[in-house]
Amino acid sequence: MKISALIFLLLIFAAFSYFMARQKVSTAYRQRKQKSKILTLPKYFGYVAALTALLPALLMLFFLQMAEEPYINSEISNYIVNSDIEANEDLDLYLNDIKSADTPEKVAALTPEKQQVYQRYHEIETTTNRTITVIVLSLAILLVIWGMRRINTETPARRVFEKIIEGILLLAASIAIMTTVGIVFSVLFESTRFFGEVPIMSFMFGTEWSPQTAIRADQVGSSAAFGAVPLFVGTMLISFIALLVSVPLGLMSAIYLSEYAGSKIRAVAKPVLEILAGIPTVVYGFFAALTVAPFIRDLGQSMGLSVASESALAAGLVMGIMIIPFVSSLSDDVLSAVPQNLREGSLGLGATRSETIVKVLIPAALPGIVGGVLLAASRAIGETMIVVMAAGLAANLTVNPLEAVTTVTVQIVTLLTGDQEFDSAKTLAAFALGLMLFVTTLILNVIALHVVRKYREQYE
Amino acid sequence: MNEAVLNDLAEPNKPDHAGPETEDSLNIEYTDTVGQPLCEEAKIRTKEVNVYYADNQAIHNVSLDIGENEVIALIGPSGCGKSTYLRTLNRMNDTIDICRVEGQILLDGEDIYTKKQDPVLLRARVGMVFQKPNPFPKSIYDNVAYGPRIHGLTRNKSELDDLVEESLTKAGLFQEVKDRLDAPGTGLSGGQQQRLCIARTIAVQPEVILMDEPASALDPIATAKIEELINELKENFTIVIVTHSMQQAARVSQRTAYFHMGRLIEVGETDQIFTNPAHELTEKYITGRFG
Repeated sequence: MKISALIFLLLIFAAFSYFMARQKVSTAYRQRKQKSKILTLPKYFGYVAALTALLPALLMLFFLQMAEEPYINSEISNYIVNSDIEANEDLDLYLNDIKSADTPEKVAALTPEKQQVYQRYHEIETTTNRTITVIVLSLAILLVIWGMRRINTETPARRVFEKIIEGILLLAASIAIMTTVGIVFSVLFESTRFFGEVPIMSFMFGTEWSPQTAIRADQVGSSAAFGAVPLFVGTMLISFIALLVSVPLGLMSAIYLSEYAGSKIRAVAKPVLEILAGIPTVVYGFFAALTVAPFIRDLGQSMGLSVASESALAAGLVMGIMIIPFVSSLSDDVLSAVPQNLREGSLGLGATRSETIVKVLIPAALPGIVGGVLLAASRAIGETMIVVMAAGLAANLTVNPLEAVTTVTVQIVTLLTGDQEFDSAKTLAAFALGLMLFVTTLILNVIALHVVRKYREQYE
Repeated sequence: MNEAVLNDLAEPNKPDHAGPETEDSLNIEYTDTVGQPLCEEAKIRTKEVNVYYADNQAIHNVSLDIGENEVIALIGPSGCGKSTYLRTLNRMNDTIDICRVEGQILLDGEDIYTKKQDPVLLRARVGMVFQKPNPFPKSIYDNVAYGPRIHGLTRNKSELDDLVEESLTKAGLFQEVKDRLDAPGTGLSGGQQQRLCIARTIAVQPEVILMDEPASALDPIATAKIEELINELKENFTIVIVTHSMQQAARVSQRTAYFHMGRLIEVGETDQIFTNPAHELTEKYITGRFG
């Protein structure tokens, strides 16, 4: 039976179970004739009965389904090994050939030997499939019957249902957490492999970055140096430029929006500003590479400066524009959250609006504003696309914003795109970089969270 | 002070709603203001003031004089416009977009609603204390020094120190906080916070102080202290106080104005208003028939 059909059947069982249990309990209630006492609603007994039948059966189906593929593979392999068929190809590829034959034409196109294996494969598959169906369905039926007999008016149905809901919510929460933990561990694990090949000190403090490793000894230009300092300096340079652009602009637009703009302007301007955050970064990227970078180069040349056609300045400027909404939107929120009576208190003492903003509102909202800036900073550090397109790939160790630099994220992209083998120092370096990046943004986020939490204690 | 506390405790809890239904049930025609709205030496003169929130008229034709160095109490049921009227006196309503004020308001004979008048300077002359204590999230010292710093009232640090101490002393708070002037003002108790706000206001040396239910968020003991303070402050300042507590109005004010549905119903000597009100609405309000 197809899985979808099986699940549909299980749902029908569950629905049946629900109605039966509800019926049973309401009948019992009616016979008792205790009108005055508050009783658990019959539908909760229905939910519990339905879920006791459905959840274990679904779980069983899930595990059997997971086990099915390895089981079939090992059975077929055994069959091939035990019979006289010569699998002179790789076994995986051989199996793949057979499994992909899902139409009669494709089966007919196989070699006679493979057709024979295919027959066997088909048999095994059908049997396992049937077994699974039988196991799951009988489990479900047993559970329905068991549930029917067990459920009575004394069952703590509401509490059980609440527990089940809690369990489902916990599961949902843990999936996100487990994924994060999994990613962290995989990055950590690959990084330690990298640090096995390249000493951690020369990675963190080396000043030369040239990850091309030599495959043959006589290759030229493949020195393989993994000093990450130029990348981090480049990242910091570009992020710094971006913050230099976004913090003043974002803060000032937030102040305008929350303190000066009328409600009509605000209703239009705020969403428009937030659209900035919705533009795909690749669009910013070509804007940076095709418009801003040449403009800066020409401007620099007219002033007698030598500007690279891909410069940190161009990338930083455009990235700064991109993260304005992070600063402005959050700052606007925290400024608006400052109680009106503080504003009135200051105005009532004869302060002007700008005095009130500078002396009362910004100090009161400062932690929230800092939180927004740090969020923008971690966004800037993690940004890739704009830098790939506008700042280049050259790992120059420089703080001159007019030169081409590269960042951690860009190098990760170049290390991992294209055909790669996943055990060379070159590709493993990406994980080490990722780890560093992760730790950096994590620290920034922790600081931001901490600051924001402190902010809540400020007034009131 | 004990008497004040007892009075406050004895005051019945009045439900915070009034308005159309009571107006209908009372079925009383509005007349011109009863009593003596004008005085000889007026600090503030308001003539035929109308206030609108968008299309909603909140104040109807209020004419009232506020005398030099007097304490005048504005009383009336919730939503009667007394706070709105108070906020027109230092143009605090300017901060509300949809609010529009018509009529004439003269401070020392000068119209405060002309284009020439800077509302910021006006508010330095007409200070305000709010219903809920609103100290800035700064130190006690910085709270009081805020106004003087903005207006450049002192030439150096020691003058500022003196002014802060003087203001806190006048507000009856200095003894309690002198050892912790660097502690945040928000850490004080509600009553202390309100006295800090009063200290902050008098540090700017205003001529008039507007108080919008300054004790409504405070316990009876703190309320008594605030009332004591008002009695001392009236030596130097003209005080307009909005209050929900009629006992409070009776204790602190020389004149009382009764507002109802945006209209000024009756003004008079406080004693006369509470013992022998001239208007039926006033009588019904002070005897607790509604409010």
